[in-house]
Amino acid sequence: MDRLLHAVFEPGFFSSGPVHVALAVGGVVALVSGIVGSFAVVRGQSYAGHALADISVTGGSASFLVGISPLWGFVGVGVLAAGVMDMIGIQRPRGRDLATGVVRGAGLGLAALFLYWDTTHSNVTGATITILFGSLFTVSSSLLPAIVALSVAAVAIVAVLYRPLLLSTVAADLAAARGVSVRLVGLACLAAIALAVSLSAMTIGTILSTALLIGPAAIGLRLSSRPGLAMAWSALAGLAATWLGVLLAYDSFYWPPSRHGWPVSFFVVTLIFLGYVAVQGITTRVRRA
Amino acid sequence: MFTGFMTNAWLVGTIVAIVAGVVGFFIVLRGQAFVADAVPQGAFAGAAGASLLGINTLIGLAVAALLGALGIGWLGRRGRRDVATALALVVLLGLGALFLSFSTEYAPEIYALLFGEVLGVSANEVLPIAVLAVVSVAAIAALYRPLLLSSVMPELAEARGIRPARVETLFLVVVALATSMALPVVGALLIFSLMIGPPAAARSVTSKPLPALVLSAVIAVVVVWASIVAAYDTNWPVGFFVGAFGALCYAAGRVWAALRGRRPARPGGWRDTGEQGVPAANVRV
Amino acid sequence: MKRRPEALRGAAPRGGGADAGPVLDVDGVSLWLSGRKVLDDVSFSLAPGEFAGLIGSNGAGKTTLLRVILGLQAPSAGTVRVAGQPRTRRGSLIGYVPQKILLDPDMPLRARDLVGLGLDGQRLGIPLPSARRRHQVDEMLQAVGAARFADTRVGLLSGGEQQRVLIAHALISRPRLLLLDEPLANLDIASEQDVVELLGQVARQQQVAVLISAHDMNPLLPVMDRIVYMAAGRAASGTTAEVVRPEVLSDLYGQHVDVIRVHNRILVVAAARGEGLDVPSPAPVLHEGA
Repeated sequence: MDRLLHAVFEPGFFSSGPVHVALAVGGVVALVSGIVGSFAVVRGQSYAGHALADISVTGGSASFLVGISPLWGFVGVGVLAAGVMDMIGIQRPRGRDLATGVVRGAGLGLAALFLYWDTTHSNVTGATITILFGSLFTVSSSLLPAIVALSVAAVAIVAVLYRPLLLSTVAADLAAARGVSVRLVGLACLAAIALAVSLSAMTIGTILSTALLIGPAAIGLRLSSRPGLAMAWSALAGLAATWLGVLLAYDSFYWPPSRHGWPVSFFVVTLIFLGYVAVQGITTRVRRA
Repeated sequence: MFTGFMTNAWLVGTIVAIVAGVVGFFIVLRGQAFVADAVPQGAFAGAAGASLLGINTLIGLAVAALLGALGIGWLGRRGRRDVATALALVVLLGLGALFLSFSTEYAPEIYALLFGEVLGVSANEVLPIAVLAVVSVAAIAALYRPLLLSSVMPELAEARGIRPARVETLFLVVVALATSMALPVVGALLIFSLMIGPPAAARSVTSKPLPALVLSAVIAVVVVWASIVAAYDTNWPVGFFVGAFGALCYAAGRVWAALRGRRPARPGGWRDTGEQGVPAANVRV
Repeated sequence: MKRRPEALRGAAPRGGGADAGPVLDVDGVSLWLSGRKVLDDVSFSLAPGEFAGLIGSNGAGKTTLLRVILGLQAPSAGTVRVAGQPRTRRGSLIGYVPQKILLDPDMPLRARDLVGLGLDGQRLGIPLPSARRRHQVDEMLQAVGAARFADTRVGLLSGGEQQRVLIAHALISRPRLLLLDEPLANLDIASEQDVVELLGQVARQQQVAVLISAHDMNPLLPVMDRIVYMAAGRAASGTTAEVVRPEVLSDLYGQHVDVIRVHNRILVVAAARGEGLDVPSPAPVLHEGA
């Protein structure tokens, strides 16, 4: 029995400091992404979510230049970009993805510029990799309180707007007729998404940010036709994938070829992908009689 | 600026721009901006893997681009299109992260692949790029009518015996090819700016397909030329200028359309997307 | 004909009992959009329990008028009052059934969830599970004949099923006025009759004023108390006998039209040359019955 446990959990897993932080931060981020992501997916804003993650990277790289904490660079620019997208009209179906792509292109162009200035002016090598892929094991634990607070804020937005958001997603005219400000609700939702993805982009990288926003949500949507339950499944799936990914990454420390571990992002993404394909294969879009 | 190694840059840049404009026209028409964004990013992972194994980067690029594009098509038929695109993208990126972790001395090349290094294109890369370009444009020319019809009126296309799924797959392959070709020049993260901004601007000016297609390529070429000049002068990454000028094109197109009181035709076709704005392409019943 | 349970009977609508004023009062409403006069001095009113058909072909301005009444679009001139209240306080007084809603099969919202949102969809926060709420929803679903698919996702429902759910959603908050936008457009004849009958009952028993837009008045003839006939942004309102007459309609259309009654159906036909009935030549039909 001991040997089995040892095989699964490499020694030191439960006592390792970085692992604790990774589990905590990863867990929080996964939960938030799962909850907020459900709305992103049904509102057809998956691309927007992905774009916001990358745009917040621009904010992160700019923060080096200006000297503010990366957290506010990521979050501030992310939410700002959400506002810009809304202004361009990302809530309207016509040309929505187009607008997203253009904003993203411009934002990434800026990121390119900032990173170029970063590396030539301040010699921060490897900054590119860190910013783009993030690393769960190197997040500073001092950021944890701020991350939790902002995550709570993102979930709070969605919780408070729960009913108007559902209604305006399903039937905007119905919601408007009842006095719901569809535009405002949509903007707030996009801001919550921006908050969630910028937090995750900063801590776990843009790859995982997108993956955790969309994959678990898609899984949850398939597993339940009730809004609350779908979001719960989504959060759970994201959490499970993240924690399992952390475990596997830790265990992989001595694996070939480089003997310093495979990246967490690879494991988490693969788990999410497998989960999605499995759920797709098992369930189908049938009506219950 | 016009001699020596720069000739390669001008040549390749122009070729890339033409292809991007042509393919991008259909990307915008079909409302598949996300796909145009995702395939290059996924291809980047292939490039990382290829260089690790010592294979020509371009081949790794192409393979990954194809895998990504076809993966999007396959997953998209079983679920939501945007979810499929996102997942295919992150899986490829995850693989890319994995490959990168195997070797540590890669940072500068990554930057180039991500953001573009047009000034670093070597003479022996021009030929493969040109070949891929010709193949891509020829494919689009061959697919022109079925592609146009199935993008704009899928039900009508089906009635005429065209299979939208088949056309879609072929188109995705072309996108993969165009991507692989353009990546070394403009970089993974910004190739799609070329495929989106110029065509969007072209469509704001005219809604007739063939003129819009040509105009789209022309605008893309102008954008690339301007970006090369600017990058040469300031030493800033060319990708920055492509992104910025692409956005400017898009903005100019919208302003133009607003001034003339006309709105560009809906991407994705005549199907009703509903007030809530789920793009029709994402709904699979 | 199934018996409709008490959900549709009894309890008087909110806002007091039988009060004097009309539930809906549209007065001189005009609207310009992009330089076109979309609505031209439209006036009519509805009393509680009255069933009115808003009839006109596509482009006549029906949907626009509905949007103005709902408060989604401000008129350029004229006023709309619902139970005496101006636009901003209208929300809870009107039940609205749009033509169709999101068809996304992934949307995690069951029929019963959507109906539940009819009770409190505009309120902030997450609803606490409540037996009473669930009971109300169940009753309403039963009343409209939607209990069968109460737990199915709204995106998977057929057109007719979605309709019933939307009607339940609109009725559950006990509105004074019920607006329906082309509800019969996608239904087969049997469903059509069912829906019309259901709505007629609702109007009578709950004293709800019903305004239903359609391009064909014939399915509504059995239950319609009055008709609001629209053409090119202008409207004529009154009983069917008053309005559906050649003089009135010709004036409305701005060209000569004829009204033909066949069995119990009414056909409105434009003359080929604009001078009286000339049946042998193919007459461009503006309006035809079932």
